[in-house]
Amino acid sequence: MKKIIALVLAALMLLSFAACGGDTTDNNSSKPAEESKDVSTDASTDASTDASTDASTEESKVTAASDLKVGAIYINSKNDTAGYTYAHHNGITTAMKNLGLDVDTQLFIVDEVPEDKEQVLSAIDTLASKDVDIIFGISFGYIDAMEEAAAEYEDIIFSHATGYKSNETNFNNYFGRAYQARYLAGIAAGLKSLEIENNNVGYVAAYGTEYAETASGINGFALGVLAVNPNAQIHVKKLSAWADEINESAYAKELINSFGCGIISQHCDSAQPQIAAENANVFGCGYNSDMTSDAPKAHLTAAIWHWDVYYKTAMEAAMACDDASQFVSKMGSSAYYGGLKEGFVDVSPLSDNCAANTAAAIDTVRKMMIDGEWDVFSGVKLSIAADGTVTKADAALVDNAGNEIVPAGGASVEDSVITGTMNYYVAGVTEA
Amino acid sequence: MDKLGVITAFIHSIVAINIPLLYGTVGEIVVEKSGSLNLGVEGTMAVGAIFGYICGCLANSLGVGILAAFLTGALCGLLFALLTVTLQANQNITGLTLTTFGLGIYFFVGNSLKGPDWPTLNNAVNVKNGFADLSIPLLSKIPVIGKGLFSHNILVYLGIIIAVALWWYLKHTTLGLKLRSVGENPAAADSVGINVKLMKYVHICLGSGIMGLGGYYMALLMSGSFNSACWINGYGWIAVALVIFANWNPSLAIAGTFVFGFFNTLRVSGSSLAKAFPALLGWLDKIPVQLYQALPFIITAIVLVVTSIRNKRGSSGLPAALGTNYYREDR
Repeated sequence: MKKIIALVLAALMLLSFAACGGDTTDNNSSKPAEESKDVSTDASTDASTDASTDASTEESKVTAASDLKVGAIYINSKNDTAGYTYAHHNGITTAMKNLGLDVDTQLFIVDEVPEDKEQVLSAIDTLASKDVDIIFGISFGYIDAMEEAAAEYEDIIFSHATGYKSNETNFNNYFGRAYQARYLAGIAAGLKSLEIENNNVGYVAAYGTEYAETASGINGFALGVLAVNPNAQIHVKKLSAWADEINESAYAKELINSFGCGIISQHCDSAQPQIAAENANVFGCGYNSDMTSDAPKAHLTAAIWHWDVYYKTAMEAAMACDDASQFVSKMGSSAYYGGLKEGFVDVSPLSDNCAANTAAAIDTVRKMMIDGEWDVFSGVKLSIAADGTVTKADAALVDNAGNEIVPAGGASVEDSVITGTMNYYVAGVTEA
Repeated sequence: MDKLGVITAFIHSIVAINIPLLYGTVGEIVVEKSGSLNLGVEGTMAVGAIFGYICGCLANSLGVGILAAFLTGALCGLLFALLTVTLQANQNITGLTLTTFGLGIYFFVGNSLKGPDWPTLNNAVNVKNGFADLSIPLLSKIPVIGKGLFSHNILVYLGIIIAVALWWYLKHTTLGLKLRSVGENPAAADSVGINVKLMKYVHICLGSGIMGLGGYYMALLMSGSFNSACWINGYGWIAVALVIFANWNPSLAIAGTFVFGFFNTLRVSGSSLAKAFPALLGWLDKIPVQLYQALPFIITAIVLVVTSIRNKRGSSGLPAALGTNYYREDR
């Protein structure tokens, strides 16, 4: 008898766990602002939108805003309130609202999809069964699955963030010139380093030279710091993981305590490095979102993304297509690479912790990049004085082993290098 | 680079990052000494973490957080005791279920509160200040090791005190002797008039409460930043292994935690040490990070091998009745 009761209780415990799990992934009713339609619900609205799509296709294949169905595959939960998935979810919903699309009925999400080909393909099948017109995959590791699915589902547009694969018809990739935003954040950090008279700047990075994405970010930030403070030393500490909160915190503390860093920048998801800076009374530059609320006394500014800029462009292109195969030509290229100019990346509003003249210096340099007058990885070096004045001079871009990357006065390195093959640190950067 | 400062920072990190292991280990030792194998450490710590953090922040009091973490941890223990002691459920299965259950509660509560309503440490000033480092007078003035060992937050000291107190309790009190007898041979303990069920209930709850405190520590170490990964992050499982390393002795658990912590923290501080002492420790920089990541598990494996050799010689603190339910009518 007792054993039966025990079994029943144990089963109850398991069931209650399952209920919790269900809540975390499926229930979004607690957040009306982020409400979006789950793939597993509401067959009735599906049917009605199906009907209207069919009706419109008879007249013209160009999709009306009210008929576009958007699919998205997320690596983490769509209910996140910070971090990478949140940034994309926010971008997609913002873009949809700006275009007059209804997030509740026109957005289909499969979230918490790991970077496993079979699971991504199954998520794509789920979305395809909902007749979506375009699928956004936000994580790098979705790359092979999306390539395969793009060939299989010719009537669906596939758009992959941070990847490098594409085709000429219905599959593109998108990413941004984060290094430009990081250069601006570097200016804020450089001016602060002069103010606190500490040349040691720390950088908690997911990876180092293994990925061009991280290397270009580190180099962009470092060049920004060095433009202000040529004596600065940037200490990079690698996590060898995209997210590892315990070590993100521990690494920042280590950079502060052992390397004497007075400013902590980061390329990782959580705000732990900024919180560590706050607790140690030093300063920091965040990433992905404005982290001033996490570290009000420490945070200067963060390099941030405006993903909605791309998502709006992509959805408009998708609506303008007669069929999915025109997408890449409507976009103009199979790889979207927006920067400050497009408003795709920027720095978050400067906090009160920033040194004097930071805003003026950043505005000047931002304008130079928007106008296309100058770019970060070129043979022209900016010198930014403590009073915020910016001067240009020809100088070679040199890596930290002394090799010349760009000769003095030379043109900027190719975009394909920045996105694909940048595997060095610029002079002034060392791995801690 | 301040070379001695690097050593100090390393020692400080070993203690600060790994104390949750001590709470988990000591809690599990108390539970196991009563003859119950509770594999739900990870879940219990997660429950203590989330409730301790939220209650502590809402009340703006470190004490309330400690109390809430202990009580919710103890509640997990009560559930475990109810299932295994009274209802005689299999201990391994119940413990594993408790882990998934606890993690489920953790994410359920955390995800429901996440967003603008999330209590932040910046708004709970008393908790934040309460968790700041306190230097022990004189001892913290010792060069190099002083700041590393004797300048920590109050929960570090509390963990050490709990470990030493429990060692004394198990070794030198009558009640401790009775508890050990329950773990060794509950039938014999029952025959001399010890209330076996009560002893098990009390100590499972006490041990689980201590695990909950470890969870709370972890929550504060992470500054209450709730993301998609659990704060406990596998520490509960390492604690289960450390119990064996400590040979079921709470004071040895302190040593075990720091030996283990040494290797666990080497990943963070290894390259700093290599740069501060290039001639002596330069090789630390050449070790691939993957090896650092594997190190804690390699150490665990070595520990288990060493312990099993020691067990063959008969000097183990393993309670003889560990893992088996006591059913009076079977006697």
